[in-house]
Amino acid sequence: MQNSLVIFRKEMRAYFNSPIAYIFLAVFLVLSGWFFFSTFFVINQASLRGILELIPVFFIFFIPAVTMRLVAEEKHSGTMEVLLTFPIRNREVIFGKFLAALALVSIGVALTGTYILTAAMLGNLDAGVTLAAYLGMILMAATYMALGLYASTITSNQIVAFILGILFIFLFFYFDKMLVFLPNWLVGTFEYLSVDYHYRNFVRGVFDSRDLIYFGSVIFLGLAMATRKLAERRWS
Amino acid sequence: MIKIEHLVQKYGDLRAVDDVSLDIANGEIVGLLGPNGAGKTTAMKVLTCFLPPTEGEVSVDDLDVEQDSLAVRERIGYLPENNPLYSDMTVRETLDFVADVRRLNGSNRGRRLRYTVEACGLEGMLNRPVGELSKGYRQRVGLAQAILHDPPVLVLDEPTSGLDPNQIVEIRNLIRELGKEKTVILSTHIMQEVQATCSRVVIIHQGKIVADGTNEELQAQLEGQDRYSIEFRAPGDNIATEFKSSLGIDIYDDVSTPGAGSYHYILQIEKDRDERERIFRLMVDHGWTLLELQREQVSLEDVFRELTTKS
Repeated sequence: MQNSLVIFRKEMRAYFNSPIAYIFLAVFLVLSGWFFFSTFFVINQASLRGILELIPVFFIFFIPAVTMRLVAEEKHSGTMEVLLTFPIRNREVIFGKFLAALALVSIGVALTGTYILTAAMLGNLDAGVTLAAYLGMILMAATYMALGLYASTITSNQIVAFILGILFIFLFFYFDKMLVFLPNWLVGTFEYLSVDYHYRNFVRGVFDSRDLIYFGSVIFLGLAMATRKLAERRWS
Repeated sequence: MIKIEHLVQKYGDLRAVDDVSLDIANGEIVGLLGPNGAGKTTAMKVLTCFLPPTEGEVSVDDLDVEQDSLAVRERIGYLPENNPLYSDMTVRETLDFVADVRRLNGSNRGRRLRYTVEACGLEGMLNRPVGELSKGYRQRVGLAQAILHDPPVLVLDEPTSGLDPNQIVEIRNLIRELGKEKTVILSTHIMQEVQATCSRVVIIHQGKIVADGTNEELQAQLEGQDRYSIEFRAPGDNIATEFKSSLGIDIYDDVSTPGAGSYHYILQIEKDRDERERIFRLMVDHGWTLLELQREQVSLEDVFRELTTKS
């Protein structure tokens, strides 16, 4: 864990030493702010419905942009070779990098809190539901991130990592979007597999352990696959 | 200290390292010598626990690179080929990060950082981003990150490649200094480097060890041999055949410049046979013009060429 924190600090510094963090935060806030306030005033209700429905789609593109460099860049530059000859385990490297991406996105999500405060001032907002929605948002982001991080371990090319990341994430997002084409006995399974389905439970303010288990398992799966890939030492 | 037993390393069908066994004692400075692609880097990657060995066993301090990987890594400082570094970090941040990963704490941390910065001559560069450093300073940062935790074993993959002659001398002096108390393995394809820094030379060719010994021992392998360099001008064809048959000596190497109208041969002859006079006679008898005749002792470079050009 201590090793993961060392990696975490290094990655945070890398994010904030470069324009990545600032561009990510700025663009994320501008886009979410615009969608938030445009729906807000059109519906004329102190509701977060519009923005909360858009966030999962936003994240399909934003999260891989944050995770694509994590492993691919270090493979490409060769620093991964140095890093992996330090006394540190593969899983500690992966977890530290995951935490850094999660921290960056969490900062972005936390900053959207200013919109919420505005909404709360203008009307009645259910604090409990809002908190649940935010928790869902972070969990969903973490799930996307584990998949994006796995994509980054597959290749040493960041663009490939980005596109693969979108693909993996889109798959998990899309599971419950094609339910009408499926036989009845498959509907439940596909619904359960969908990130969006579990996220919507949070948005409705429903706090169910099944959703937590789902997010936890996909995150674990993604990180475990990324660790395995890293251990293969196949640089291409 | 370091024990490599029947190491085989495969990349698909290619055997990059092919049944290599090597025993390195404490305090030795070993030069791994070989042409590019001989398997030096691959062997080092196994030793530093980056690649798991395909077959065979590698251990440092009786710790196996697979079973006790973390413990082995604690004992090794590694400077990889091309010296990859985080270019967005400053020199200070780089060393701090390595000190964190290496778990240097308390007064020891400060002491090691100060020593390393001084030993590698990085005092004035601490706040410069690594990406803006000259190649010589980059190499010093690479060396600094390798020695920071005071490891008993240093693995240096081409530590002087791409440096100018002054920088090369500096880095070599530093390696020699470190070698007084550490076991050092360095790879290179530059002969002078080995002669200048190493106590032992291991020549690798196509994944196999083809020679192993001190500088002197290796030279002695070809000792008793002298090398003649003969350049002469001769009219007509089939000069090579004529040369061989009249002298009764095989041409070791033909280094003639095509189209120059002259011939330049290298001969290798036992030491106690002085053939200079016979060669002169041959020239006179055939009416050829002798331009140059030189006899010299076989060098380590010749040993290297001898061992690594034949497959």
